[in-house]
Order: sequence, then C-alpha cells, then structure tokens
Amino acid sequence: MSVNQQAHTGPPYGQPQPGYQGYQQPAYGGQSLPGVPQSQYGAYNGPMPGYQQPVPPQGYFPSLGFPSKGSPVSLNSDTSSLAPNFIGSLRAPPTSGAPPPASGASHPSGHLAYSQFEHGDVQNGIPASAAPMQRPPASQPFLPGSAPTPVSQISTFQQYGPPPASVQQLRNHMAGMTIGSTAASAPPPAGLGYGVGPSSYPPTTGAPRPPAMPGPPLPGQTVAGPPPSSQPNHVSSPPPPSSMAGLHPGPPMSGLHGPPPPTHPPQPGYQMQQNGSFGQMRGPQPNYGGAYPGAPNYGSPPGPPPPPKRLDPDSIPSPQLNELPPQQKPRHRIDPDAIPSPIQVIEDDRNNRGSEPFVTGVRGQVPPLVTTNFLVKDQGNASPRYIRCTSYNIPCTSDMAKQSQVPLAAVIKPLATLPPEETLPYLVDHGESGPVRCNRCKAYMCPFMQFIEGGRRFQCCFCSCVTEVPPHYFQHLDHTGKRVDFYDRPELSLGSYEFLATVDYCKNNKFPSPPAFIFMIDVSYNAVKSGLVRLICEELKSLLDYLPREGNMEESAIRVGFVTYNKVLHFYNVKSSLAQPQMMVVSDVADMFVPLLDGFLVNVNESRTVIASLLDQIPEMFADTRETETVFAPVIQAGLEALKAAECAGKLFIFHTSLPIAEAPGKLKNRDDRKLINTDKEKTLFQPQTSFYNNLAKDCVAQGCCVDLFLFPNQYLDVATLGVVPYQTGGSIYKYAYFQLETDQYRFLNDLRRDVQKEVGFDAVMRVRTSTGIRATDFFGAFYMSNTTDVEMAGLDCDKTITVEFKHDDKLSEDSGALLQCALLYTSCAGQRRLRIHNLSLNCCTQLADLYRNCETDTLINYLAKYAYRGVLSSPVKTVRDALINQCAQILACYRKNCASPSSAGQLILPECMKLLPVYLNCVLKSDVLQPGPEVTTDDRAYIRQLVTSMDVAETNVFFYPRLLPLTKADVDSDSLPAAIRNSEERLSKGDIYLLENGLNVFVWVGVSVQQGLIQNLFGVSSFSQISNALSTLPVMENPFSKKVRSIVDMIQGQRSRYMKLIIVKQEDKLEMLFKHFLVEDKSLSGGASYVDFLCHMHKEIRQLLS
Amino acid sequence: MQSFCRAMATYLEFIQQNEERDGVRFSWNVWPSSRLEATRMVVPLACLLTPLKERLDLPPVQYEPVLCSRPTCKAVLNPLCQVDYRAKLWACNFCFQRNQFPPAYAGISEVNQPAELMPQFSTIEYIVQRGPQTPLIFLYVVDTCLEEEDLQALKESLQMSLSLLPPDALVGLITFGRMVQVHELSCEGISKSYVFRGTKDLAAKQIQDMLGLSRPAVPMQQGRPLQTPEQPVISSRFLQPVHKIDMNLTDLLGELQRDPWPVTQGKRPLRSTGVALSIAVGLLEGTFPNTGARIMLFTGGPPTQGPGMVVGDELKTPIRSWHDIEKDNARFMKKATKHYETLANRSAANGHCIDIYACALDQTGLLEMKCCANLTGGHMVMGDSFNTSLFKQTFQRVFSKGYNGEFRMAFGANLDVKTSRELKIAGAIGPCISLNAKGPCVSENELGIGGTSQWKICSLDPSTTLAIYFEVVNQHNAPIPQGGRGAVQFVTQYQHSSTQRRIRVTTIARNWADAQTQLQHIEAAFDQEAAAVLMARLGVYRAESEEGPDVLRWLDRQLIRLCQKFGQYNKDDPNSFRLSESFSLYPQFIFHLRRSPFLQVFNNSPDESSYYRHHFARQDLTQSLIMIQPILYAYSFHGPPEPVLLDSSSILPDRILLMDTFFQIVIYLGETIAQWQKAGYQDMPEYENFKHLLQAPLDDAQEILQTRFPMPRYIHTEHGGSQARFLLSKVNPSQTHNNLYAWGQESGAPILTDDVSLQVFMDHLKKLAVSSAS
Repeated sequence: MSVNQQAHTGPPYGQPQPGYQGYQQPAYGGQSLPGVPQSQYGAYNGPMPGYQQPVPPQGYFPSLGFPSKGSPVSLNSDTSSLAPNFIGSLRAPPTSGAPPPASGASHPSGHLAYSQFEHGDVQNGIPASAAPMQRPPASQPFLPGSAPTPVSQISTFQQYGPPPASVQQLRNHMAGMTIGSTAASAPPPAGLGYGVGPSSYPPTTGAPRPPAMPGPPLPGQTVAGPPPSSQPNHVSSPPPPSSMAGLHPGPPMSGLHGPPPPTHPPQPGYQMQQNGSFGQMRGPQPNYGGAYPGAPNYGSPPGPPPPPKRLDPDSIPSPQLNELPPQQKPRHRIDPDAIPSPIQVIEDDRNNRGSEPFVTGVRGQVPPLVTTNFLVKDQGNASPRYIRCTSYNIPCTSDMAKQSQVPLAAVIKPLATLPPEETLPYLVDHGESGPVRCNRCKAYMCPFMQFIEGGRRFQCCFCSCVTEVPPHYFQHLDHTGKRVDFYDRPELSLGSYEFLATVDYCKNNKFPSPPAFIFMIDVSYNAVKSGLVRLICEELKSLLDYLPREGNMEESAIRVGFVTYNKVLHFYNVKSSLAQPQMMVVSDVADMFVPLLDGFLVNVNESRTVIASLLDQIPEMFADTRETETVFAPVIQAGLEALKAAECAGKLFIFHTSLPIAEAPGKLKNRDDRKLINTDKEKTLFQPQTSFYNNLAKDCVAQGCCVDLFLFPNQYLDVATLGVVPYQTGGSIYKYAYFQLETDQYRFLNDLRRDVQKEVGFDAVMRVRTSTGIRATDFFGAFYMSNTTDVEMAGLDCDKTITVEFKHDDKLSEDSGALLQCALLYTSCAGQRRLRIHNLSLNCCTQLADLYRNCETDTLINYLAKYAYRGVLSSPVKTVRDALINQCAQILACYRKNCASPSSAGQLILPECMKLLPVYLNCVLKSDVLQPGPEVTTDDRAYIRQLVTSMDVAETNVFFYPRLLPLTKADVDSDSLPAAIRNSEERLSKGDIYLLENGLNVFVWVGVSVQQGLIQNLFGVSSFSQISNALSTLPVMENPFSKKVRSIVDMIQGQRSRYMKLIIVKQEDKLEMLFKHFLVEDKSLSGGASYVDFLCHMHKEIRQLLS
Repeated sequence: MQSFCRAMATYLEFIQQNEERDGVRFSWNVWPSSRLEATRMVVPLACLLTPLKERLDLPPVQYEPVLCSRPTCKAVLNPLCQVDYRAKLWACNFCFQRNQFPPAYAGISEVNQPAELMPQFSTIEYIVQRGPQTPLIFLYVVDTCLEEEDLQALKESLQMSLSLLPPDALVGLITFGRMVQVHELSCEGISKSYVFRGTKDLAAKQIQDMLGLSRPAVPMQQGRPLQTPEQPVISSRFLQPVHKIDMNLTDLLGELQRDPWPVTQGKRPLRSTGVALSIAVGLLEGTFPNTGARIMLFTGGPPTQGPGMVVGDELKTPIRSWHDIEKDNARFMKKATKHYETLANRSAANGHCIDIYACALDQTGLLEMKCCANLTGGHMVMGDSFNTSLFKQTFQRVFSKGYNGEFRMAFGANLDVKTSRELKIAGAIGPCISLNAKGPCVSENELGIGGTSQWKICSLDPSTTLAIYFEVVNQHNAPIPQGGRGAVQFVTQYQHSSTQRRIRVTTIARNWADAQTQLQHIEAAFDQEAAAVLMARLGVYRAESEEGPDVLRWLDRQLIRLCQKFGQYNKDDPNSFRLSESFSLYPQFIFHLRRSPFLQVFNNSPDESSYYRHHFARQDLTQSLIMIQPILYAYSFHGPPEPVLLDSSSILPDRILLMDTFFQIVIYLGETIAQWQKAGYQDMPEYENFKHLLQAPLDDAQEILQTRFPMPRYIHTEHGGSQARFLLSKVNPSQTHNNLYAWGQESGAPILTDDVSLQVFMDHLKKLAVSSAS
C-alpha cells in the first residue's frame, strides 16, 4: 500500500515541475496549456500529501464500504443512516475523517483505491482510522494519526518523506482495517473489477462485512439501483437525516476521486438519480458510528429511491472552508470517496437505464444520462438527442421558479445525428398550402394538437386558439378523439419530423439553389512553408467526392469554389470547359468583390479534371512566396459576395495562419495583454477588437453564408475577433497551434473530413414556441439574432447546439403541463427547403420537490457554463464566478430548505439529481476561461469560450469532467472500455497506463513503474525513458494490448465531433503538468479548488443562505 | 532656293513639289511682310505639315544633327545656313549665331558638303543613338460584353494581329465587362489575371500596388521624351514579348468568354470602359513611361458604370443625343469627358497612345472618349460590328507596312518648330498635345493648341498631318529687305517602328512681299486647298467648344471678308464679282464644309461627329479635301469615267456614280442602269460591255478601299434605294422640291431638302461681298 501511495504522490510531483516549461506546446489541442507556476506546484504538493492520506480512504472504497464499514461504522454510527444515502448516491460523503464509513459507502469510487487494493485490504483498514482523524482544524488533534501528512502538505513534494510516514501510519490502520474488512479481498475486485461489478457486489453486500455496515446499505442501494427506475431517485427523501451526518468524513476531501465515468460497469448500480448527499464529516466521525446504522437504510433504499443526498456538512470545518483558499493545507478531510462520484453516477445510470429503450411517450420523463448508451423510441416527444432540459418538471409559477433558482433551459441540437438503429425524422409534405399551423401562434401541427368537432377543427396546444382543419387534411376521429390516421401521420404521432416547406418559406419567394462550399486557403509564407497548403490541396482532391448528399442522391448537389489568398485574393475559374483553371487576382481588398460568376462555383464531377489540375498547381504556384502578411475580412467578404452572386447559401472553409495585419478592412492589431487578466478589463480579451466583424457576420447571416475557420497560428491571432463571423454564422472554429505536418496533419485532416462531410442545414431560422405561461427568453450558441425570437444561423450542422432559457410570463397548470415546439426552417444540402419540428412535453409542478427530482445536472451545467462564458464578455471573470457559485448555492439551499428532511445544519444535503452539481460546477469554475493558468493563452480562452457555447450536453460533460480510463485494466478480449476512474492524481498508479480525454485532447499517461512488457507492447520501445512524447499517434504494434489500446483510442475519437490531439505523457515528465490540469478533482495549479475544498465551500455558502 | 522658285512654272507645281519633298503646304506661299497686312489677308499664315511623309528617296543619315549653339535656338544646320567653309563656321539662319562645325566636319568644303547642306535635303532624317531601345508595346483592352458572334470575330482579329506584330514587341491584354481583368502572360499552366472592380477609379499608384508593380518611381521627363528610363523593366508580367507568348496568348484569347454576369431584360450590360482604360494607362505609366506604346481599346458599347460612364444601364434611357446635349440633359457627359481627358493627358505625357475601336450599332461614347485618341494620336475606328470587313480590314491595316517593310507607325514624336524672327507660332491643330515650351518664337495669340513651340504626338503615321498656324509679327514700319525670306524649321524627334530614335528636320523658306505693293504676288501664291483645310480645321476646332451656328457665322464672315479683299467687283453689283483663279474654288470648299458633318450635327449622333472630326484633324490635305467636298465620278456608255460635279444634276439614270466621302464609298446605279441590271443584261454575252461598265466603279472603289485608313463604309445602292441617302445628302441640292423649275425635268434628281444650293449660296456671297454696307 504505502508503496503505491508513495508512488502516486511522490513521483508525479517531483517531475512535474520540470515538465512545466515544456508543457505549453502540448496544450489543448494545440493550445497551450495549463501550466502552473512551479511555485504553485510546490504548494500543490503540500496539499497532496494531505490528500494522500485520503487515499487510504480510497482504499476503503475499494473494499467499499463493507470492509471498511466495519470499522467506520463505529464511527459513524450516528450518521450511518445518512451515510448510506450518500454512499449510495455519492460516494464520498463526509469531508472529514469519517472516511471509513464513507468509503464504505462510496466504494464505488475507488479506482485508485483499486490500485491500492492490490495492496490490499489493508488499506481499507487503515484509512478508516486515519481518515477520520484527519479532519480539519479540529482534526489537527486528530491528526495524530494522519496528521503528519497534512502538515507536510505545504512542503513541496520533496516532502515526500512525510507521506511515507503517513503511509505507514496508514498501514497500520490498514492493518486494522484489513481485519475489519476481511472482505478486503472483496475490494480488490471492486477496483479492478468494477467490471466485475455486480458480482463483486453481491459479495459486498453480501455482507461479508455486513457487519460493518452501513455499508451494506450501499450495496443494497446499488442493488436496488440496478433496477431500472433510476428515476425514482427522487427518492426524495432521503433517508434519515441522521444518516446525513455524513459518513465519512474526511480527510479525503482532498481525495481524489476518480475515475472516469464511463466504463465502470458494475457499479452497483447506483442510481445516479438518487440524490447524492455527501456527508461531511468531521463531526461525523463520531457520528459515523451512527451513520452506519444508516447503512441499513441502504438496504431499504435499494428500492429505487435512495434518499436524497446529503453530505454531512457540518463537518466541514467551517472557518477554513470558507476561506477556501485553495491550497490551504489543512482542510478537513473529507473522504474523497465519500463525496458524490461522477463515475459512480454515470455507472449507475448506465446500468439502470442502458438496457432498455427510452420511450418518449410519457410526458416529463427524465431521459438517461448522456453518458449512457440507450436507444430512443419516438412516441410523441422529441428524443433527448435533440432536446434535453435542465428540468422535466417545471414549476407552475414564476415565484417557485425564482425561489428554486433552477434555470429552466433546454439544450437543443436540432440536426443531431442519430445512431443507425434509430430512424431519422420523417419528411411530411402537406402540399401546396404548406404545413398545417395554428392560425394565431403559427405553431405547427403536432401530436399535442387537440382535434375537436369531429375533426373539423383543432385546438392549439400552445395558445388554445381553434383553427379550421383544411379540407385536404380532414380526417375523422375515433372513439378516443384521436384521428383515425393518427399512426399514419408522423406529425400526429411523433415528437420529431420534418415538413417540406413551400415557396412561402423561402427567401425572396424563390426556392433556393443548392448550397455551395468555398475553400479559401491562406497561401502566405507560413502556410506554404509548413506544408499546409500542399496538405490541404492533396486532401481536397479526394475529399470533394464526399460532400454531403441528400439521402439517395447519386451525387452531391453542392457546388464548390476555390480561393487562395495572402495579402490579395486569388479566385479560380474551374469551369468544366476549360483546359486549365484560370486564376483571377483581386488586389482591391478594400472593396472586395467576386471577379467571376460562371466557373467559380462548379459541380465537382463536371469539373473534376480542372479542379484536380488546380489543386496540383496551387502548391507549386506559391512555393516561392515571400508574402507573410494576410488579410481576413476581405476573404469572408469574397465568399459572401460569391454566394450572393450565385444566389445561394453555403459554407466557407477558411484555412488561416496569422493575425491579419495587411492593410485592409478588418485589419487587426496585436492587442494580447496578459496583464489584463483578473482585472475589470479582462473582458476585452474576449470581445472583438472591432465591430467590423459583427457587421460582416450580419451580412453573412442574411445571405446564409456560414463560415468554418481552421486556424494554424504560431502566435497570437486574436481568435476572439476572427471567431466572430464563424460564431455568429453557426460555423465552427478549429485551431491547431504550432501546426506541424508530421504530428498534426492526421488530426487536422480528420477534422476537415468530418467538417466537410457532416450533415448541415443552411440559411436556418429556429423558433421555439412554448405553451402559454412560459416563453423562451434567452439563447446561447453560435448564431445571430435580429429580433428576440428568431435564432438565425447561416449554417447549422449536426454538432451545433443551441441552449434556450425559459422564463415564466404566466402560470402553468399541472394538468396540461408545458409544451415546447422547436421549429427549424432550413435548406438541406440538396437545396430543399424544410422545416424540422421537435416537440417536447414537460410536467409542471407545484411542489419544489418534484422539480428537484426531475432535474438533469449535465444539462444544467451545460446551461451554466454557457451562461458564464457569455458573462465574461461583459463582466469581470470574478463576478461571473461568484454569480455561478451563488446561484448553485441558492439552488441547493432552496432544496435543503424546502425539500430535504430536517437535519443538522452541518450536514450538506444534495438533491439526488444534483449531487454532482458541485463537482461539475467546480470544473466549470476551474476551466481555462474562468480561471486561466499562466500558460493558457488569450487565444485558447477565446477559442474554448466559443467552442463551449455550441456544445451539447455530452460534450460539456466530458469537457468539464474528463474521462480517465486505466488502459492497463482493459480487458484485451472484450470490446468494452475499462472502468473509468475519477479525475484525481491519487487514483493513478505509477504502474499503470491511463487515458484521459476531454473532447479536445487525449492523453496517454504512463506511470514510471509500468511493466516493461507493456511499454514494449504499446510503444515498441524497451524502456520507459525511451518513450517519445512527441508521438501523435500510438505506434501500430501487433499485440493484443496495443490493438486494444488503439481500438479504445479509435473508439473514443469516434465519439467526438472533433479529432482529439493525442499526447503521450510520461509520469514525472514535464508534460505531466499539462495532464494534471485535467485532473479536475484536484486542486489546480492555477488556483482552482479541489473537489473536496469546493464542496466545503459550497456547503458553507448554503449554510449562509439558510441562516 | 531662289532657283527653285524660278524653276517653277506655276505655283501649283511649286506647291506640289514642296508638298512632296517636305510634306508642307502653306496657305500663303508668299508672305505678307507686316503684321497688319497679314491680318488683312483673312486666311492666316499657316501650313499643313505631314511630319513623317513617306519619302522613298530619303535614306536617313546615321549621325547626329548639328545644332545651333545658342541655347534658346538650337536650330539644326540646314541648307539655308550660310557656311564659311574655310573657317569651318556656319551661321544659324534663325538666330544668326555663328557656330563652329564639330570636329567630324573637318573635311567639309564647297564640293564636299554634308547632306544637310544640300538644297534637296531641305528635309532630312537622322538616326540617332539615344538610350536603350525599348520594344514597341501593344496593350489590348478588350470589351467582353459583346454578342457571341462579335466577340468571336474580335478574338480572331486579335489572334491574327499577333502575327502582324514585330516579334519582339511587348504585348499585354486587359479585358473588361463588369469587371476589369489584367491578364498575366508570363505564367505557365494556370492562366492568371488581376481583377478590378469596374466601378471604382484607382490612382496610378494604387493600380501599380495592386498589380505588384510598385518600384521606385521614375521621374517623368517631359522635356526629353527620347530618354528612356535608366533600367527599363522589360520583365513586366503583364507585358511579354510576342514571340514568347503568342501561343499562350492565342489560347487565352481563344478561351475568352463573354462577360458572364447576367444582364436582365431592359438593361445594358455593365461595361467598365473607364476603369479599364484607367488601368491600362496606369499599367504602362508604371512600367514603361516614355516608351512607344499603343493602348488599343476594343469596345462594343457605351461605358455603363464607374468613372467614365456615359449612360446608365437602363435601356429605357437612351444614350445622349445632340438634342440632350444642347438641353444640358446629358447627365454623365461632363464627368465622363473629364475622366477620359485626364487619362488622355496622362497617357500622352508618357508617350502612350490610345486607339479606340468602337463597333456597335448604337453610340459607344466616342464623344466622351474622343480625347483619348485625339490627344495621343491614337486611331479612332467606328463600325457596326467587329464581324464586318470594315473593322477587320481596318484593324489589319493598323499593322500594315510601308514600302520598306517597316510599320507605318511611329511613336513618341516631339515636334519642335522654329521660326525666323518675323514670325511667331500661334498654335497647332492635330493629334497632339502641347509641351508647353515657351520660347521667343511663341505668339501670344493662340490658334488651336498654342502657347508653345513644341508638341508631342504620341503616335503618328506617314499621313498624320498637323495644321500649324503662324503670326507675322514684323511691324509695318520695319520693312524686310528685298529678297528677304522667312524660314521655318520643323524638327520631329520620334521613335521609329524599328524602335530607332530618329529626327526628321524640315526647313523651308518663303519670300516676303509687301501686301500694299505686291498683293498680286501674294494672291497668286495663295494655296486655296491648303487654306480651305486650314480654315476648316480652325472651324472644327472651334466647333468642339462653341455652338455650331457661331462657327458657321464665323466661317461665313471670314469668307465674305476674303472675297471682299481679293474679289474684283464693283460696289453693290453682285454680278460684277469675280475671283481670281487661285481663289476660285475656295467658296465652294467652304460651301461644302458648311454642310459637312464636321460642322453640322443634324442627322449625326454625337459619336459620329466626334468620329468625323477626329479624322478630319489628322488627315493630310488630299484626304481632308475629300472629306470637305466628296469626289464624284460618273461611269456611263458615253465616255470614260469622269469626275462630275457634286451636284444633284449629276445624278442621271444612265450613269453609275462613285462617290468617295472618305468615310463612305458609295456606288450608285442610275435608274436605267439599275433596271438593266435587274433584267440581267450583264449576264448576257452580248452585253458584256454592260458587265464591264458595272464592274468599273467596283474596281475603282476597291482601289480606294485598299489604301484608306480607316476603311470606308462601302455602300452599293441604286436609284430609289434606301442607302441612296448617303449620296443625296452630299450632293449640292441644285434641284429640290423647292425650285419648281427643275421639278419634273429629265436631268438630275431633285433632293428633298431645305438646304440652300451652291448657287444660292454663291449669290448671297456675291451680294454680301460687294455690299458697301458690310
């Protein structure tokens, strides 16, 4: 055990430092990274040690409560009841020492633990004892046990020394534990085996340790959990408050949590839904004993509903916590495993809900989590792939809504890609008169429209207006009042479908022409020299055969055009009748225009030879260029003018390398100034430096000219400004800093291919209609709005997401619920004008508890992140952060006040559905935009800010809480991914290899003690030191392990809309700093709080609100 | 010289010889010796000068001319100079400066004279070596807003022209429509062009920046056009030697598309002629200043956008007419004219000429653009379509070669006129601009382009003729010694088509005479043809800036005064009026001039007027006279072809008429002849003579067509044919529906016009001339 622990802590720290400098390059996909100043680093260490202590607790986890419980129980006794809950739901309750119990409860968490497991059960034992003690201030006294470590925290890793010490202690404890836990063995399985999961559980529950525990309850829950009805989580009430007492206290706070969400199979099926409560604990310890008792509860919970969450709050040493200063050393210790674990929640949901299809027939159903694979059957409501809401139960009145502070928002991805097993929306043609709509509010025919008078009229479900059914649409009703053709008509029976639009829905009352793609390539010195120009041209030759096609069409209707540019623009005439392409240079960038009409936009097949010739010649023509200056705005203008001239919508693919400083409209200055960070002027870094681009964007939107921007900067190029047009036109930005052909081309080409091929609608207008009582008031995403209701997008692709916030303007009724209808009018890639309609019905409630029971934290985080990221444009970052914290505190406080069963103020009680809110929120707060490390460039921040704004829920989920997979635990023979572990350094074992991905980057972290054989198998080199971290892909090796790892990487890449940059990180290497930035449960080098610390802080905030 | 004069049997011969040898015709060949007398002569002392008149017998000499050393004079050594062979000195006959011969002339003696001292070399040409020789430059500026057929024909003509250019000539291509494209000719593979918006005028500097031509500016050296820049940039991407890129360019021209921008119904295509020309001028200005270059503009319609637009693109708004202009209704005219004037001046300053080939059924804006050709010596060609032989052959003829196989074009000429003290230079009228060379011999009274003794003619050919007006400044009380002569020297430096720099020097002298005592001499030496043309040029020049009626009144007054001065008559007795032979034709010339399209705008569009005037201001005397008074030949069985009066009475049924107006060749079959032809007699062997009769005028017409530039419009018509109007409008309407006595008579054809006939005109003239009142 000790060994392991040491390994984790020690090595990493030390090395990291060195790594620092290096890391920048690695940065986020290209961006730079998170480096933290060394000094911080040092500080960091300090804490770490403390954390480590927590580790022990982890150990527990593994064993999961059971074993530990034994011991813990005693402690918790009071809490016990609570504990269970927590445990069940969360993992790591108590902040304070209570670890044991907690751990017990939480066992789910412990990956790290697992590793530890190996060592053994022993650990379990130890932790138990140690952990508790550590508790914060108070704990100091306790410290005795664990204390040493904490103290040491401050010191840099050098202090390793100390850790060991603690470790030893731990061991001792462990020893004790072990005993208790006999089960020890059990734990291991857990660790490893999350996979094993279920089976192992049983055992656990089984209770070998039963005695121990409260733990059992957990298992119990789990068990229970498995049962599908995760929803039940609501379980509203949580078990006995007492349990709250937080079981595990916590030293752990610092504890790492872990592991990645995804894979863990087995988790006992916690039901995510259940509330997560954390127990906090310091006080708890004592309670613990009690808590355990709680355990029993678990048993009960098994039923679906675990109790709400509650952490034991009190335990949090208030004072210190409040201060929250990140690095403060001491801290209470809260067992990291005891606090709610995203991994566990994800795992539970996957187990509970992944197996059966999600049928959308019922109003207000909360869908499975985005991390769960599930099938959707459309029976009248839009699939969650299209729309997800923060809550599926809306307060009836605005007062309630205000009181709860829970934002009411829907995250809409109108053109989302569906898995092959699900059917695409049907295309409905209502003939010349167009779709049938309500006369007053113009809502489109949908399953909720009520036909009356024998079917001669229908009453609008949104505004109640009665409209005549047009004769051609008339149909008789059956005895239930349903139209006889109910099942024949998608618009009557499905949540999502499309209408064929008539000419009235077209610009200028003319059916649109098929859209066009224009490729605009920077051919300045940098672009040519880096080989980029040649690469793009080569790629386009084949890529043009894969332009999006409509359904069954033989060839794509999309026409293509080509422009190259540096200080001037070069247009190409590639008309099929020409023997050679013709280049037309426009130097008058001040007043851009398109020099040709005929022959600029062509059909790929017809002009194939001319295009090929052009693409062959472009790299040659500019091979000797000396031009370093570029223009930018004129490039967009050129594309815009071209589309205007061709009277069609379309998309510009701009490949750009540098700050546009050449004399031209939209010329930019280098205004990067890091000194502005943390000042009131910081917002200017996110704002465009000139309004020119806003106006340009407006023009682009009017024409349906969508701009996708591929950036290859070697220095600052002002993404905040360059991104304005792509952003407002619904386009995408891709950024490849320090682009190097060898390492980055594969990533770039993959992104390009996907970007070119993906489904996209043009010239789109989206309107969200709602039933009377609420209305859409705010919109987030990449689009332009010229009025307050219509979201206009020049282009909208299958990855773009719009978040819509609703506010009350009247009362809703529980009976009728609330309806949303999202109508997207767009031009398909073949030039067909269509309306895509998504309908969703939600419940309404008069009880706050119903609201909290039907929330979805992932969606909430999506909304909050977008809200905050928009806020930085107008307010100082600090203000934004505070507002976020405050809002969440209010949400949770409202719950505590109105829904949770009474309990001690010291207890942190979280709604089951929101038990991950704190951890996720912390991730948002720590993100580069809101809390940049010194290595994060201004461009990175602007880039991420825009990126996040268009993300769907799944993307924000993994972006803020990256997925961490222990590759060495992967089962070579199965298709499955290894169980994810929590994002904390404590969970890493130096003998293993891990993969971490956040949607932008994939890190492969290699521990120093990884078996040579594995290294050989994976990297083809004989030793750790020979692994090159310059690799951008894993070498292809013919052995099961390599194949498995590569298939995992491929699978993960396949799940993301962008190809992620692969970075090999060796433990103790300089790049590790970068990697650690993504271990979001840990304290970050840039000052972000650790999960535990933050949880304590939230708790304090809540308490303040309550008092 | 005196021997010359004496040798001349008549003045007519003298005049003719002088013209052949020196390319000069003076209105007066004996000059009135005082200013006062000179002004009383009515017709100013002036001459028509054809600087490069083709001289088969004039081999150029290969050395530098010898100049008078007086800085303000610098006249060239000539046969009129007095030479002291022993002292090796010569006296300048203009300023009387005594000059040492240069060392190379050491061997000079009475029997060993250099050519320039021999009387027969009053005109002599020197080939000089100055600066590097730059090849000729041809920059095609092509309108693509043409009908497919037209464009095709134009493309073919242009492709063909490549083979006619000297192989080392640089050629460039600019095309325009809605946009303006400057084609880069050097690149291989992909063809490349720079495109400009057609609506925005750009400064030369901007154009050069945008074309990537920026380089240290070469200071303009106006006074020394012969000097080329230190390092001419031969390697402009846009101008390449024909021999290198003719294949490329041929292909490029072949692929030239019609302007692709859609033209909606009721609209004119958007044509950016103004910007295209501006870019052409800017391009050459930046790359080859002061080098011989032709910008050749081919346009098929009026400029409809941007600077220089002449008419909007709405078809419902017709292009301006004379009526609009009089009513001040031509919205764009002034601005457009100003635009083109600016361009013309810039171009001229750089020695580049601008040709305009405008082919369209409607007007194309020649009125506004005329200065481009007028000021730079460029050609102006107007036709109905590029797909006509008129255009094709005219264009081909631009590249025609002279007797010695050299192109009949020269560039960048600088004409310097020097006069003896009694004369001053009042101005010049012709395809030139002033170089603003003020000197002692420049008069304060301007006629035409005055205020200078030097003009620049950016392009000229062997027939280019300038009218140069002088003023006698000798005072009445300072008589000129008996036998004294006035002298004028014309020094023309130019770039020969072979790219050689050459200097042609013509020195002439005329006797002075006291008008009070020797008026007969002066009278006898009057060249009425030259005088008519010189007066016509003045009139046309005035007409450009004054109202038509004013000009006519002025012409009439001048004519009346001349008749009063030189006529013989009894006061108030019109019937007694007589003019001597040397004046006898003059009133008739003026009569026809008054009716000519140069002064009458009725029935002519502004473009046509500009076109006619353009040619009138540059053709030599013979052609000018034809323009003023067309030639009419009659073919009949009654005798050999004969010239007949340009009179309606000449139109007889049994005649074939051939009329040459310079711009048109009309063949007109009399009524009977036409009937015969319809009956097909010409195909019958027994009427072969009829066939020959029909053929004769065709052959003669062909002869004219072969040599004239621009190619005239060829009209074959007959009695009653609609095209007969071309003939009827030209002949003197001696018989009209108004003079009843002629109506219904067998001879001649009545003309439906209210114009006065020559007879009436003459009657009035006589009356006015003899009237004591006037």
